[in-house]
Amino acid sequence: MLKISEELRDQIVAHARRDHPDEACGVLAGPVGTGRPERFIPMLNAARSPTFYEFDSMEQLRVWREMDDRDEEPVVIYHSHTATEAHPSRTDIKLASEPGAHYVLVSTRDPDETEFRSFRIVDGEVEEEPVLIEDDVLGDRH
Amino acid sequence: MAIEARIPTILRSYTDGAKAVEGSGATLADLFVDLDSRHAGIRERLVDGDGALQRFVNVYLNDEDVRFLGGAETPLSDGDVVTILPAVAGG
Repeated sequence: MLKISEELRDQIVAHARRDHPDEACGVLAGPVGTGRPERFIPMLNAARSPTFYEFDSMEQLRVWREMDDRDEEPVVIYHSHTATEAHPSRTDIKLASEPGAHYVLVSTRDPDETEFRSFRIVDGEVEEEPVLIEDDVLGDRH
Repeated sequence: MAIEARIPTILRSYTDGAKAVEGSGATLADLFVDLDSRHAGIRERLVDGDGALQRFVNVYLNDEDVRFLGGAETPLSDGDVVTILPAVAGG
């Protein structure tokens, strides 16, 4: 299961809407080992394409080093599909290279309704998981 | 010549879980051969049959993407740090 705050969910959706009809992509970083996404990092889609996304290699190096320095890891890797459903494509599955991450897919094909789904992709196997939106993550700890 | 190679999570099965390993080589291609001698199988994840870098693997020499340097033929020096990151990409 992916637990994510409403604010982070809304930031991902806003990024996907902003870059439509191109695919948007990015990362949610969180403390190593917690599985808790905390920091929103929108990334450039170097492919600038409605059917493909790819992180810019230099931006990726900078962001990955920053996560290392802060003892964070990519808890969520997200991208949008702009004309198809929010499900990993064959290319997504083939290229998935962070077995520990939640792969979040957003579809902006409908102008009014946004699909938001999460998957694990390990060794070519895809498994959808429930998404729990927490509107007050800090409040839950009281 | 000691080069530090930083290994991404997905390739640590080849390095017994190590995040960084030492190697040597006059070029990146030589380094990969050297690494493969102790971490069998890792080289083919990095280069194709012709010895060119795999399309969806990013390799950095210190702070530069080696695609903007000499690719697999990029020369290395003692003390260099080579960072390997799988490209994050899809359709």
